[in-house]
Amino acid sequence: MWNPWLNRYAYLLAIATLLLVVAGASVTSNEAGLSVPDWPLSYGKLMPEMTGGIFYEHGHRMIATTVGFLSIFLAVWLWRVESRGWLKKLGLAALGAVIFQGLLGGLTVLYLLPKPVSISHACLAQVFFSCTMAIALFTSKGWLHGAPEVEDSGGISLRSLAVGTPVVLLGQLALGAGYRHKAIGLIWHILGAVIATGVVLFFAVSVLSYFQSHRPLRRTAVALLSITFAQVFLGVGAYMSRIATLEAPQPMPLMVWFTVIHVAVGALTMGTAVLLGIQVLRYVRRPRLEVEARQMATT
Amino acid sequence: MDATPACAKQHKGPIYSEDAVINANGTLKNAFVYIKSGLAKRDYPVPPAPVKLDQKGCIYVPHVVGVMVNQTLEISNSDDTNHNIHPMPKENREWNESQPPKGDVKVKTFPKEEVPPILFKCNVHPWMRAWVGVVSHPYFAVSGEEGTFTLKDVPPGEYMVGAWHERFGVKEVKVKVEAKQSLTADITFSAN
Repeated sequence: MWNPWLNRYAYLLAIATLLLVVAGASVTSNEAGLSVPDWPLSYGKLMPEMTGGIFYEHGHRMIATTVGFLSIFLAVWLWRVESRGWLKKLGLAALGAVIFQGLLGGLTVLYLLPKPVSISHACLAQVFFSCTMAIALFTSKGWLHGAPEVEDSGGISLRSLAVGTPVVLLGQLALGAGYRHKAIGLIWHILGAVIATGVVLFFAVSVLSYFQSHRPLRRTAVALLSITFAQVFLGVGAYMSRIATLEAPQPMPLMVWFTVIHVAVGALTMGTAVLLGIQVLRYVRRPRLEVEARQMATT
Repeated sequence: MDATPACAKQHKGPIYSEDAVINANGTLKNAFVYIKSGLAKRDYPVPPAPVKLDQKGCIYVPHVVGVMVNQTLEISNSDDTNHNIHPMPKENREWNESQPPKGDVKVKTFPKEEVPPILFKCNVHPWMRAWVGVVSHPYFAVSGEEGTFTLKDVPPGEYMVGAWHERFGVKEVKVKVEAKQSLTADITFSAN
């Protein structure tokens, strides 16, 4: 049975997590990652003076703590009221991920921004955000009521793209994080953007072409396409703002805001691709011929 | 800086970046000049007096400074706000420590030679930058208000003098020093 408050709460957690991604990106863009040298306290206090870079770093910690508590409450709520065992486990997994994320954040401060840890911290943030979006989907009325199943058209399997697209996007987000943390050059992120955009376009346009009349699939595919276009524009904007402010004292607000929004919309792109992937895996059946062939092979 | 009143209130006029300061006479301030090669290999005595680096008005003062290997660098905070001192060396150990308003002086040394100089940041105030050159001998200086520098008591010999500037890069000039000679060497950086 649909629990509207649980669903609203899951949305709240997803929105809070997106805000957390914005806060985290602001820390990196404002070069404030080490403005608070200690962890878990800040200057030995729960609430230091919020000045300069401390505003971004400690603000990030405060929002992260809030998201942590929200995640604990969601995991407990799911455990108590949810009948689907796998969703209970997903709630626990999300909680584990956010705890691990907090530890990575601490390590990145204590060990002065080691690149592998900082990049893992950035990537896990995106995975956790996708997880919260998925929980919001799984607890939604539309998901519980379901929708008609449709058959995959064959050719390049949509079910494969459903898994592959989020993986490609995660790779692209890792390249972006690698560039931001100065582990790799920008060219790799640009090349990744070309590939990721191509894969997303192919996936979303295929879904729209074949299942135009399937409301949940159509809505998510349109959302994914729209967000991806915005993301490409923001990526170009982030690059141009960096070039335009190259000679100015850094960090310049124009560059900071373009980059922060680019990171946040990147998280939304990944989360929406995950949702579309989940919906495809649920609603799109394998082609009948493929199923028959598999059955014959097993017999 | 306007967003941080504790910093802004210490300045009456606009604050300019110090990454390229051209003196009134057209010379360049804040170039780190040192003998790059040609010196005899030996242990030069480390001056007992510390080199001082202050944070005043949310600016590192001076902007460029030199120390000898293992010479004491004293870092102070004259401001009414927190700073964090974050040197980003390539050869020495990186560290990141907070310093409360008018807090205790931090005493640091660097055991390895490092030129280009070490970038010192403050992550609380991202505009704050200083550069600390670390050399194994006492023959180094930073160009000042007149664009001049002095390397004192250099023993006779042929040397390569290196000059580094954060914006304009590196220049080198070969000099030959005779006994009891005072020598002038001009080093020119190009804005391109």
